[in-house]
Amino acid sequence: MTPDATAAESVQRADPIRQPPEDTVFRLQDVGIWYGNKHAISDISLNIPVNRVTALIGPSGCGKSSLLRCLNRMNDLIPSARVEGTVEYHGADIYARSVDPVEVRRRIGMVFQKPNPFPKSIQDNVVFGAKVNGIEGSSGEIVERALKQAALWDEVKNDLKKSGLELSGGQQQRLCIARALAVQPDVILMDEPCSALDPIATLKIEDLIRELVKEYTIIIVTHNMQQAARVSDYTAFLLAQEHGLNGTLIEYGPTNEVFTQPREQRTEDYITGRFG
Amino acid sequence: MTVADPGNMNEALKKRQFGKPRESVILFVLTLCAAVSLVTTLLIVGVLVRESATFFEEVSFRDFFLETEWQPLFEPVSFGIWELVAGTLMVTFWALLLAVPIGLATAVYLSEYAHPNTRKVLKPILEALAGVPTVVYAYFALTFVTQDLLRPTFGADQVNVFNALSASIMLAVMILPTIASISEDAMANVPRDLREAAYGLGATRLEVAIRVVFPAALSGIIAAILLAIARVVGETMIVAIAAGSTPQLTVNPFEGVQTMTGFMLQVGLGDAARGTVDYQALFAVGMMLFLITLAFNVAAYFFVRRYREEYE
Amino acid sequence: MASEQLRLRAGGAVARRQLVSRVSRYLFLGATVLGVSILGFLAYDTIDSGASRLSLDFLTNYPSRFAEKAGLRPAMYGTLWLMLITVFSSIPIAIGTAIWIEEFAPRNRLLTIVKINLANLAGVPSIIYGILGLTIFVRFYGMDRSLLAGGFTLALMIIPMTVIASQEAIRQVPPSLRDGALALGATRWQAVRHNVLPNAIPGIMTGTILAISRAVGETAALIMIGGAAFIHFDPGPNLADFADPGGFWAGLNESFTVIPIQIYAWTLDSRREFQANASAGIIVLMTGVMALNLLAALIRERFRRN
Repeated sequence: MTPDATAAESVQRADPIRQPPEDTVFRLQDVGIWYGNKHAISDISLNIPVNRVTALIGPSGCGKSSLLRCLNRMNDLIPSARVEGTVEYHGADIYARSVDPVEVRRRIGMVFQKPNPFPKSIQDNVVFGAKVNGIEGSSGEIVERALKQAALWDEVKNDLKKSGLELSGGQQQRLCIARALAVQPDVILMDEPCSALDPIATLKIEDLIRELVKEYTIIIVTHNMQQAARVSDYTAFLLAQEHGLNGTLIEYGPTNEVFTQPREQRTEDYITGRFG
Repeated sequence: MTVADPGNMNEALKKRQFGKPRESVILFVLTLCAAVSLVTTLLIVGVLVRESATFFEEVSFRDFFLETEWQPLFEPVSFGIWELVAGTLMVTFWALLLAVPIGLATAVYLSEYAHPNTRKVLKPILEALAGVPTVVYAYFALTFVTQDLLRPTFGADQVNVFNALSASIMLAVMILPTIASISEDAMANVPRDLREAAYGLGATRLEVAIRVVFPAALSGIIAAILLAIARVVGETMIVAIAAGSTPQLTVNPFEGVQTMTGFMLQVGLGDAARGTVDYQALFAVGMMLFLITLAFNVAAYFFVRRYREEYE
Repeated sequence: MASEQLRLRAGGAVARRQLVSRVSRYLFLGATVLGVSILGFLAYDTIDSGASRLSLDFLTNYPSRFAEKAGLRPAMYGTLWLMLITVFSSIPIAIGTAIWIEEFAPRNRLLTIVKINLANLAGVPSIIYGILGLTIFVRFYGMDRSLLAGGFTLALMIIPMTVIASQEAIRQVPPSLRDGALALGATRWQAVRHNVLPNAIPGIMTGTILAISRAVGETAALIMIGGAAFIHFDPGPNLADFADPGGFWAGLNESFTVIPIQIYAWTLDSRREFQANASAGIIVLMTGVMALNLLAALIRERFRRN
């Protein structure tokens, strides 16, 4: 046996799930999600570190969006959805009986796949969440701060009264990010935020993510592996056992390790484009 | 076998498309069918214009629009349309006051709160209300609402046997499904994205419904209300039976009033001889009614189109 | 933040907002229940006051001065014949119009006008149709206050609704069916006749039946053209007339009454005992209307699955 082969073998044998050493924001313990009697994902245990970008990757139907949505109880909105296991946020179980989903969601913001500004002015879009949640400060301040954070201020400062729908796709998505930031969340969940955008707009959002992670914890779902490699600190790879059912966590660790020396054959196959 | 000559083939195709007599006869017949609805409109307008012209030979525009009294049957006759318009306005006002809040609350409940299965059961029941013939509502307005509800509650000396409020209450029941169902459709058409965005920002169900879904569905909701107004203004049996036939300017809903449609039905029942001024008044009032409902219907049509463009 | 007590239970402002939101659910539910229960209440009230008057005699008697002897017989004949005339004169025109709009019409301003016109006609008050029928059919064509005049008037009234429902049904047919036929060299009409129409028929029938159920309950338009309440014969051709075209035609030209007009007359009768007759009449009318609605719903359900 050559030394190389032993090294390779030891890599193969090492645990593919490496929980990060940093403080954690979310601690998931044996999480499973059911839609009616369909088991969308099962047995997911992972810790999500504070002030880092964690990417969830995997082929479509692996349950990565479902997992993301269970982190701020968006799954509650689907009548048949059920979550099992525990999801702890700063040590508190967000699925405990006494927890109010509104309290959860105002701390854990969300940006969606398709830019979805409200059919209102730019200003009203940004102010909406802040106002319902009673964030202090004048509308003007809230709007300016959030739009600056979302790197949109310079482009729209002169027409804040314009409808959010009149912006370009990339601008709309940054508006949606500004809208989420205005609520002063702690975590931002992003569900394939660039899938509807062109490459230049995508790049802008990615730069923004790197900027925002200094202050926020970001969890991003993406089907684009280059994007995961570019923006994330940690990567979790999910795979469905059957199509669209029983998504499980295959590998989790620092992004550069997952991408350059995956410990699981299936991770390597996916990353090198052999399937999915 | 001969090689197909492209010229011939074109000929053959042409024959198929245009030359086949059956095909063109059918197209002609279908076009005639479509023409029927256009002709109907032309006839309605034609009849109303021609016959009201006869009326306006006898009664001046000035008297029609400026006189305040509608008294076609007794001397001195007077044809001031406003008493009839006021009657129509009064029943419309009270009907909307009742039906709009209840109808919109129902729409919000069905679209934002109800479990899909609940909605599936409730919506058809509600829509069944729209299928009830109006003469049935008219019967209830006179018997149940007036005799069993209003008169015992407010006193028989306060509430006339024929009163505007009883008609309004049943008119409200009549338009409730229109308002609820069309508004619900408009709200259900608001993309899920927007709701999710609002929930994601920490909004409660009520905040999502009132501050996001409602404004986004506004053109559909306005269309629903406009259509409902057109139906109330044009409804005949309920007002003719329950609101009475005394044209008057009043703000007291316990008194009887006559609406435009109420007067028209009275003429239709044969109170006026053909060719007399009061008979011709039927067409002048009909013209007024047609123009009012036309305005509301056309406005509703454009609002419906707007909301279709927004989200479909 | 990690180790501090994290409050995710609703407190302060959020608790208040959630409370308002939860209370609002019951307000909205209350409004919905109110609307739905009206239907139940009206049904209860009608049956309560009318059931005692309902009997075979009620269905087979002619109108009478005595409430307990008065019946619906002529009104039922009138309604039946009127509906037959309405159906046969409106359905072909309505379906033809829908086919023209969806399959043959040039996509230009004319089509827009036709569509706006239909939307508006569907909203024209029925009493205006009554005036139209009175002027055109009763007076101009001299049909007098006959079944034919009434049937044609109702036909004009329900054509717009039927067209709109039929358009909807035709649009539901997947374009691939039509395109497939056209690609095989079928003419436009052949494609419509053999591929589009058979698939649109259930939808068209549903819409048509609902339109007829509107016509069954129509009162104002028929009073305008002179439907009378007290008719002491059976309107329309009788059995013997089916063998005799002249007699059949004469039957169609008889004057008439219909169930809703009878209900109207009984409701306004100053003798209060006639209110029970009105209730019983409503039970008969509503049974018919609901049967039609049920039929429409059944057709829709049945073909949705296939």
